[in-house]
Amino acid sequence: MDLSFWLPLFFAGAMGLALLIYVLLDGYDLGIGILLPFASDDEKDLMIGSIGPFWDANETWIVLGVGILLIAFPQAHGIVLTALYLPVTIMLMGLILRGVAFDFRVKAGDARKGMWNALFAAGSLIASAAQGWMLGAYITGLSDDTTGLLFSALIAVTLPALYVLLGSAWLLIKTDGVLFEKAIRWGRNALLPMGLCLLLVSVATPLVSSVIADKWFTLPNAIGLLPIPLITATAYAGLVWLFNSPVILRSGYGWLIFAALTVICVMASIGLGYSLFPEIIIGRLDLWEAAAATESLLFIFWGTVITLPAILGYTFFIYRVFRGKATALSYD
Amino acid sequence: MELDPFMLARMQFAANISFHILFPTITIGLCWILLYFRVRFTLSGDKAWEYAYSFWVKIFALSFALGVVSGITMSFQFGTNWPGFMERAGNIAGPLLGYEVLTAFFLEASFLGIMLFGKERVSNRMHLIATALVAIGTTFSAFWILSLNSWMQTPAGYRIEDGVFFVESWWEVIFNPSFPYRFFHMLNASLLTAAFLIMGISAWRALKQVDGPATWRVMRTGAAMAAVLAPLQIWIGDLHGLNTLEHQPAKVAAMEGIWETENGAPLTLFGFPDEEAKTTHFAIKVPKLASLILTHEWDGEVKGLNEFEGATPPVAPVFWAFRVMVGIGVLMLLVGWWASFVLFRQPQESRGEHPWLMRALSAMTFSGWIAVLAGWYVTEIGRQPWVVNGLLRTSEVVADHAAATLMGTLLGYVGLYIFLLISYIAALRYLATKPARSLSLLPQAQRFHKADEEGA
Repeated sequence: MDLSFWLPLFFAGAMGLALLIYVLLDGYDLGIGILLPFASDDEKDLMIGSIGPFWDANETWIVLGVGILLIAFPQAHGIVLTALYLPVTIMLMGLILRGVAFDFRVKAGDARKGMWNALFAAGSLIASAAQGWMLGAYITGLSDDTTGLLFSALIAVTLPALYVLLGSAWLLIKTDGVLFEKAIRWGRNALLPMGLCLLLVSVATPLVSSVIADKWFTLPNAIGLLPIPLITATAYAGLVWLFNSPVILRSGYGWLIFAALTVICVMASIGLGYSLFPEIIIGRLDLWEAAAATESLLFIFWGTVITLPAILGYTFFIYRVFRGKATALSYD
Repeated sequence: MELDPFMLARMQFAANISFHILFPTITIGLCWILLYFRVRFTLSGDKAWEYAYSFWVKIFALSFALGVVSGITMSFQFGTNWPGFMERAGNIAGPLLGYEVLTAFFLEASFLGIMLFGKERVSNRMHLIATALVAIGTTFSAFWILSLNSWMQTPAGYRIEDGVFFVESWWEVIFNPSFPYRFFHMLNASLLTAAFLIMGISAWRALKQVDGPATWRVMRTGAAMAAVLAPLQIWIGDLHGLNTLEHQPAKVAAMEGIWETENGAPLTLFGFPDEEAKTTHFAIKVPKLASLILTHEWDGEVKGLNEFEGATPPVAPVFWAFRVMVGIGVLMLLVGWWASFVLFRQPQESRGEHPWLMRALSAMTFSGWIAVLAGWYVTEIGRQPWVVNGLLRTSEVVADHAAATLMGTLLGYVGLYIFLLISYIAALRYLATKPARSLSLLPQAQRFHKADEEGA
């Protein structure tokens, strides 16, 4: 077995998985941050309570994703992060604001709670939009012409809708009563922009590169790939139907929304991965050109193989400990 | 000093890492203290220890959040500011950072949830384990990051091909020559910082008479730690200095303000280093002491800055930062002994009789921060102009951003950090003064306060 061939492949897969988990997990707590201003004060406490034990670990997945980019593909890490300097900086400031607002809002005294709530919401929105911008810029090959910028801006506006949907889905699992009803409304409103985001990302990559277009639209491939758009479309239709049949959601099936969103995100990741492969920066660099030395990859490979299952195991454990409907958290 | 993109990139990185290190420094030490409170409570059933835990865990969580978010910034800035470092040294730095994420970040971030919010949901045993896992996680994190930092100071176990570093031996990379010293120096610094933080805030509460049943015990815990760890830190620091002299003599020459190589070099206690004139003005010197401290011989040779033409660090910042660090270290030793002497012989009711100790302790609440920052400035500025000592210059790895972009984002970061620092200290003040809601639930606390009122 040729390690210098397989290890970069393994880490590309691990990076994709880390970023997918990030989008799903931090997606819901960023979404809840964006939704915060629309809730009453008591609901705000409950919403924050529902993400309290989780957000920190959720955010760690992006560190792992970027970490793998840095560890396994140092050449690409430098190029991507240099090109995305400004959106990355803006995202970081957003993440800083929301991360600390989470604690400050209950510890800095009631007089300042309103300010920290606002900063929590603003930070969440800023970080989400910046991530949308980064995704847009990445899939257009980091180009900085007008079309590229316009596209990045469109994704920046629409990606937060996905997070809002994930946030609503989380509330459908963790809450009931008035907040539950509000979550249905919020989710329904986010469906259309989220669909637009999905569509844009799907059509953009083939347009950017004829190589990618060929991969999708030449004949034997096109048939084999058909399940990806079909499953995605079915899941989306399912979402629309569920949001318009609240009686199902109310009778204990709120988790179906999160499940459908997970299906969509998984399909989108597979599609994106297929489009990009074997390149890590479209039109510039492939996996193996960007990869670190084999002996370095092997050293971290063993660490990953041992720790990643453990991480997934205790993440599962934590979700089990805090299962059930949320209560407002108290540090006392 | 010109504000070219290189200097701005360094300032930005320095601003981020200086802000970041404040919080891990607290959490690494504080987490072990929390574990101690938790164990004491489990063993004795004394609610005061539980109260101490629930008070300090709030400050821990807040500090932890600040550490996490500023740490995420760090992980991105390696790429945004120093892409060349990862391109050249990524084979070594990457896996070390990777192990930090895999073995430390997830562990601490995940079990923190249980530690903070899970008391009602898990057994006491599981809660203890969660607290221990967070403490272990923070320490693992320090292990990996200090290993990488030490490797940049004293590289080992590598080979270079076409300017790119490759690993020859992971053992030598991880346990490079300066790593054990730097690791224990930093862990100890963290424990000392946390000790003075808990003493300082407790003393402040005692002064304001808002102290709870556990305040005195917390203060005693801190005093005992300081009394033991401060001298230990001076000893480790001395060993670390010897190691630095062996591997990075230019740094030591800058720390001591020694310009010419000499045998039996005097120790400059104080003075004004002048890089233009290559001398230290108004130097107050103790004959032969530098040689004695650094080589443990009266006539040992100490190399001067003149030996490292073109590869010397900026002298004045290193010289001054070193004096600040040592000064605070000595102060910590004195105050730690004083506090132990008083606190272990007196009951809490006597707090009114020691206003000066209480004032001294609260004045030193954040002294650990200043010493830690000063220490890091010594070691990091002292490594310049290298990013990997002797092998790779910092100027070779910098990203090519416009000065205006860097200036804009730098101002953004600094503004944000000042705001957060003020908010943090204000929140600590608020938490320290706020009468704890849970206090009334503790029978012992009621007794204590009643006794207090009767006494007053």
